[in-house]
Amino acid sequence: MKALMFGWEFPPHILGGLGTASYGLTRGMWECGDMDITFVIPKPFGDEDRSFANIIGTSQVPIAWRDVNRDYVEQRIGKVMDPDLYFRLRDHIYADFNYMRTNDLGCIEFSGKYPDNLLEEINNYSITAGVIARTLDFDIIHSHDWLTYPAGIHAKQVTGKPLVVHVHATEYDRSRGKPNPTVYGIERDGMTHADHIITVSNLTRQTVIDHYGIDPAKVTTVHNAVVPLSDDILSIEMPRATKEKVVTFLGRITMQKGPEYFVEAAAKVLRNCKNVRFVMAGSGDMMDQMIRLAAERGIADRFHFPGFQKGREVYEMLKASDVYIMPSVSEPFGISPLEAMQMGVPSIISKQSGCAEILDNVIKTDYWDIDAMADAIHGIISYPALYKQLREDGLAEVAQITWDKAGKKVIDIYKKVLARN
Amino acid sequence: MKAICFNFEIHQPFRLKRYRFFDIGRDHYYFDDFLNDDIVSRVAHNSYIPAAETLLRMIEQNQGRFRCSIAISGVAFEQFEQYVPEFIDLLKKLADTRCVEFVAQPYAYSLASLADPEEFAAQIHATCAMLKNRFGVTPKIVRNTELIYSDELAPQLVALGFKGALTEGAKHILGWKSPDYVYTAASAPKLKLLLRNAKLSDDIAFRFSDTSWSEFPLTADKYIDWIASTPMDEQIVNIFLNMETFGDLHPATTGIFQFLEALPRFAAERGIDFLTPSEAISKIKPVGELSVMHSISSADEARDTSAWLGNRLQNEAFEKLYSVAERVRKCDNRRLKQDWEYLQTCDHFFYMSTKRRPDGTMHSSFSPYETPYAAFTNYMNVLADFLMRVAEEFPEHVDNEELNSLLLTISNQGAEIEALNKELNSMRKNIEQYNIEHKPKAERKAAEEKPAKKAPAKRGRKCTKKTEEK
Repeated sequence: MKALMFGWEFPPHILGGLGTASYGLTRGMWECGDMDITFVIPKPFGDEDRSFANIIGTSQVPIAWRDVNRDYVEQRIGKVMDPDLYFRLRDHIYADFNYMRTNDLGCIEFSGKYPDNLLEEINNYSITAGVIARTLDFDIIHSHDWLTYPAGIHAKQVTGKPLVVHVHATEYDRSRGKPNPTVYGIERDGMTHADHIITVSNLTRQTVIDHYGIDPAKVTTVHNAVVPLSDDILSIEMPRATKEKVVTFLGRITMQKGPEYFVEAAAKVLRNCKNVRFVMAGSGDMMDQMIRLAAERGIADRFHFPGFQKGREVYEMLKASDVYIMPSVSEPFGISPLEAMQMGVPSIISKQSGCAEILDNVIKTDYWDIDAMADAIHGIISYPALYKQLREDGLAEVAQITWDKAGKKVIDIYKKVLARN
Repeated sequence: MKAICFNFEIHQPFRLKRYRFFDIGRDHYYFDDFLNDDIVSRVAHNSYIPAAETLLRMIEQNQGRFRCSIAISGVAFEQFEQYVPEFIDLLKKLADTRCVEFVAQPYAYSLASLADPEEFAAQIHATCAMLKNRFGVTPKIVRNTELIYSDELAPQLVALGFKGALTEGAKHILGWKSPDYVYTAASAPKLKLLLRNAKLSDDIAFRFSDTSWSEFPLTADKYIDWIASTPMDEQIVNIFLNMETFGDLHPATTGIFQFLEALPRFAAERGIDFLTPSEAISKIKPVGELSVMHSISSADEARDTSAWLGNRLQNEAFEKLYSVAERVRKCDNRRLKQDWEYLQTCDHFFYMSTKRRPDGTMHSSFSPYETPYAAFTNYMNVLADFLMRVAEEFPEHVDNEELNSLLLTISNQGAEIEALNKELNSMRKNIEQYNIEHKPKAERKAAEEKPAKKAPAKRGRKCTKKTEEK
């Protein structure tokens, strides 16, 4: 079966959980066999793992005809795209886009991030998707998250192939219930055009049904999974202060992640036990507010803000922690507690997180219940048996949550959708 | 002649309230009175009371041919006294019929037998005292918490004066043997064992109202038929059930009370008798010894102690709890002793089990906590406070042996003072005697040398001694 996937991020250059999940799922589906997957992203860097999927960067897809020779193309973009594919794509330009800002190859430049002109970039992405859809042969279209829904709809309209959209998050989660109407519009458009919708948790499924008015029969949950960690990462050693325990929050410091509840819980814990430090690693629009809050509560000496962590630093941070906490107000899935468990760090997660649906060996509290959260933190750092039990059972549990199982479910959904069409 | 031996277990723990770590050291009351009242009253009205009434009717109607046994834990008893005293009156009526035998079990329904024999004995004594006091009966038979039993325990049960014990007919112990005989304990041949017939007990306990069960619906007729069709020489079928099976696990609408009430009639038709455990062990000859190396119980698929001590959390909590056993016994703070008992109840450990299905479902369906981790954290917070209170009684840095000798010194103080007083008195008499005997001589000498000094000095010493005595 041939699938055309539209995504926004792909490891190693990732900004959030979307890239990790897209990668894991694609790989998991490939492991199930008999899958030929083309994965479209805005801007490849050339160091992506291409062993299980063909990666196409929209920043190498021509939308305006340029008379260039093969050697020039090879030299310009050979690192990320086969020149033959460039010429095939150039043969499928479907309209005159010379009015747009294009480069010497007739391509649009993409940042591949989340810039201020994100909506423009989404639109451009959709234009190039038209070229790709006309060029390639595939059975089904799969769009990851709202940024790529317009591209998916475009591809569906051009080819008549069924569209599956994958909801990794919704505007409702990101905005704590006050969605941006434009984003909401794009999301709803994608969902209504889709032949089937995959959500990363039952929580998200319910949001899609309740807030986007989608027929429940059209929505299926496929929980995310994790890729086993490499030995290189597992063998990270970090210097540890023997007497002090470390409680870590990792993620964007935004409303959705509930950082203020963590600060309040920390203040409660520190009132009764002194040998503990709190770390809020990440950046975001609420960071300054959180620094102020920690100071107001008089715990700034024990509450640290090391800033945004990337790649290996994330795992080093986890290795140095005794407790991982994710007090998200609304988390569609939340892959980070699974990573913490892989590193053997006991986790506390909010019941409002999608991953709470599949995890047993974590402590779950309501995001607003700072008493329960403080109690859980205290429990893990004070009772060694609890720490060890969570650590070991957590490791065993997370080892069972693999992407090939998720991939199998997605393939089954493909088959169902194709049988219907 | 076949017989059925019924045992109904009645137990309710003192469930803990939500106890946060910042309550440690501040709040010394641990129990959720509202929840306990709610559960105990509900179960009593749905199950215990109608079940006891059914048993009374069965005894009346069958003119004493129907006989059974009941085991009740002290912690449950205390809660009945508080919340549903009318149930105790019913139990008293049952006891007065002389057709119901009361079986002893640990007062706190604890796992003390696995950790502290002295504590176990104390709890058995407490239950016996309670039964004697309230119902005027003296138990001859014992059943440990959740039918826990091992070779190690048997001699202690004999030493406590019991003739028989109830335990689980665990398949891994019995092998090809049948639970439907009387056995003797390998480590204490005087002790007779009655083994629960797990299949026939669970047919009622778990499957009675299960519509997906191939034997559904289970009728008294069919059930007695199964018992009648066991091999001829199997003489006793031990059906041990939790009392709340009737009316609570299976609501009254399932017809479980009618099922129970109809049993004696069908049993009579097929010539099956009912016996109490005491009658069973005196009437039926044991067929052989049973050796149980590792503790067995009636819980979970494994039928061992892993339901309470199966993971690290449970073991940690258990060890911490019993680490202060000796100290709590030494102190005379009644509230502390009471909390100590309530905290030992095995249910607290049961809630901490991290087992998966199908056992896990069983654990979580009885648990007031959402997860085993919440159960553990809450219990440990309570225990932390409790341990602090124990430490306040006796400082932690004094080890048990030193404490023993100190306490011994204190408790012997009175006797010692008395002994010294006696000695003092006799010495005084001696001196007086001496003075009388040697007076003439002394006077003579005194007259010659220092007349005034010696005698007043003696008198002076006497005076100081007297004040010391006082």
